[in-house]
Amino acid sequence: MNALQELFQNKKQNLLSLFFTAGYPQIDSTAGIIEASRKAGIDFLEVGMPYSDPLADGPVIQQSSTVAIANGMTIEMLFNQLETLKEKTSIPLLLMGYLNPVIQFGTEKFMEKAAACSASGIILPDLPIHEYREEYQTLFEKNNLSPVFLITPHTSDERIKLIDELSNAFIYVVSSAATTGKQQDFGQTQEAYFQRLKAMNLKNPLIGGFGIHNRQTLQQAWQNLNGAICGSAFLKKLATAADAGKAIEMLKEDLGLN
Amino acid sequence: MTVKTDTNPTEEKRKQNIPDERGYYGSFGGAYIPEMLYPNVDELRSNYLQVIESAEFRKEFELLLRDYVGRPTPLYYAGNLSETYGAKIYLKREDLCHTGAHKLNSVVGQALIARHLGKKNIIAETGAGQHGVATATVCALMKIPCTVFMGSKDIARQQPNVLRMKMLGAEVIAVESGSKTLKDATNEAIRHWINHPDDTYYLIGSTIGPHPYPDLVARLQSVISQEIQSQLINQEGKDAPDYVLACAGGGSNAAGAFFHFIGNGKTRLIGTEAAGEGVDSGLTAATIYRGTPGIIHGCKTLLMQTSDGQVMEAHSVSAGLDYPGIGPLHAHLHTTGLAQFLPVTDTEALEAAQMLSRAEGIIPALETAHAVAALSKLQFKPDDVAVICLSGRGDKDLQTYQQYFQKT
Repeated sequence: MNALQELFQNKKQNLLSLFFTAGYPQIDSTAGIIEASRKAGIDFLEVGMPYSDPLADGPVIQQSSTVAIANGMTIEMLFNQLETLKEKTSIPLLLMGYLNPVIQFGTEKFMEKAAACSASGIILPDLPIHEYREEYQTLFEKNNLSPVFLITPHTSDERIKLIDELSNAFIYVVSSAATTGKQQDFGQTQEAYFQRLKAMNLKNPLIGGFGIHNRQTLQQAWQNLNGAICGSAFLKKLATAADAGKAIEMLKEDLGLN
Repeated sequence: MTVKTDTNPTEEKRKQNIPDERGYYGSFGGAYIPEMLYPNVDELRSNYLQVIESAEFRKEFELLLRDYVGRPTPLYYAGNLSETYGAKIYLKREDLCHTGAHKLNSVVGQALIARHLGKKNIIAETGAGQHGVATATVCALMKIPCTVFMGSKDIARQQPNVLRMKMLGAEVIAVESGSKTLKDATNEAIRHWINHPDDTYYLIGSTIGPHPYPDLVARLQSVISQEIQSQLINQEGKDAPDYVLACAGGGSNAAGAFFHFIGNGKTRLIGTEAAGEGVDSGLTAATIYRGTPGIIHGCKTLLMQTSDGQVMEAHSVSAGLDYPGIGPLHAHLHTTGLAQFLPVTDTEALEAAQMLSRAEGIIPALETAHAVAALSKLQFKPDDVAVICLSGRGDKDLQTYQQYFQKT
């Protein structure tokens, strides 16, 4: 069992996770963000690996990736940063990014390094399920890493069941048909979608993301799902706050948590 | 007589020019897309073959190709070029298609598919603007609202096509992200599709993108090689040329010109890539030379990237070839030796454009000029038959030509 799976065994409701792009706003921001998240009681973290062409991302995450790459962030450097932190931090980590940089790094080496840095899981939104089963599944299992797949309001029940079968940590529930950071409140579409998911009695916890940015969106995710992930809204705070601790404070205020 | 198309070649050819059911040509292709795109791409994948092979589609497609696009396009024996280069050189005149390039072939077919799937909006990316103009044209014809994504750098260097798109009623969205060229126009089109999944068809212009796009576009463009085949029988008494030359950015006109000749053991297929200021200059779009296997815009192919897997910015004087990837079919043809790819620099292409204009009275597009430039890189025998896919006309490039020849 990895740290993330352990977390889900002990906590089933009102989970809060943050996404940030490694190397943003500064090349060495990673340690401060992880430490501040732990102190603030954030349940788990997604560490974004910056990519030049992030297809599923809106302007905020695109911008953070551009800055991070310009700062010199690479997967190699991220692993070096995480390696020095692993004794100090107890917060479960996932790595999230696009497949191409992982392939260029070397998939097998990537999985081994991720495990060595105590990561619990990997999210690669553009890795197709078929290719996952053929080429990646054994590597995930060998390194005790959880694969996390995305579902959207347009994903069929049949496909959701397949994803549930392949998952062993959580399912990433994309709130609406949109790239990241579309700042709209949730409405009846989300409510119906969340209800549909609830009724499916899936074995994995459901964590909602994309669009979580205020009290309403967080509460709707929490009431219907097991938890929520906040990405673009957090990056915006990081861009302006004096430090990561302040950014989380400001975010929590927006989310109605202070 | 309508134009007879053959989008479903025999089992034997299937091995070479058609991907497997998951969209792989050898190790290249596939559909590496986030879940947000899956339902739309899967809908197209599970319908496209059935649609394009249906009698209803073929009837409408072939009629439009004949009466609207203006097919078959001539296979013109270029006597002056033949004399200069010492071979029988033919030009497949795709530049005479309505809107001035081969792009319309695929757009007509895809728009019919979009209508069949009940889509209410069409979006497209464009580099040189030819695909954007073709899409805006067919959307006007079919009364479908059209949005075209174009890099702001390309908008500046291909103004005539921007004006044409607007005249046709399309909305042109200037893309300011990244390199502000075709790569980023494609990113923004994909993002728009993610945000508008319900009734939008993404009409990709080249043999790139997730499966089934490379195969779909190649099949719709294969009318080019099919016509070459039957025209050569009449004009030369043979069904396969010794050479086919075509430029390749994403590779749609090359895929169409090669399609029926791939793996025939008779025809040397020559693709030309934009080398920009030279393959080793750091300012190049020669993906086959500079590229390594990876993923771009949803398919596994060769692309220019850093050792960390970040996609590099391409450079070419020609907006239509200014792309850091190449279609998976071409990556496969290169890897297996079924086609050969030659780099052509900006200067070589510009000189070739003037050469063709003066030799045959035909002003080619800058993209097309890269194929023409390959003539001086090949050693022909006198009875060799070489066909150049003259993919587009050069009206849109006159400003670039004028600026270059003023300087030299």
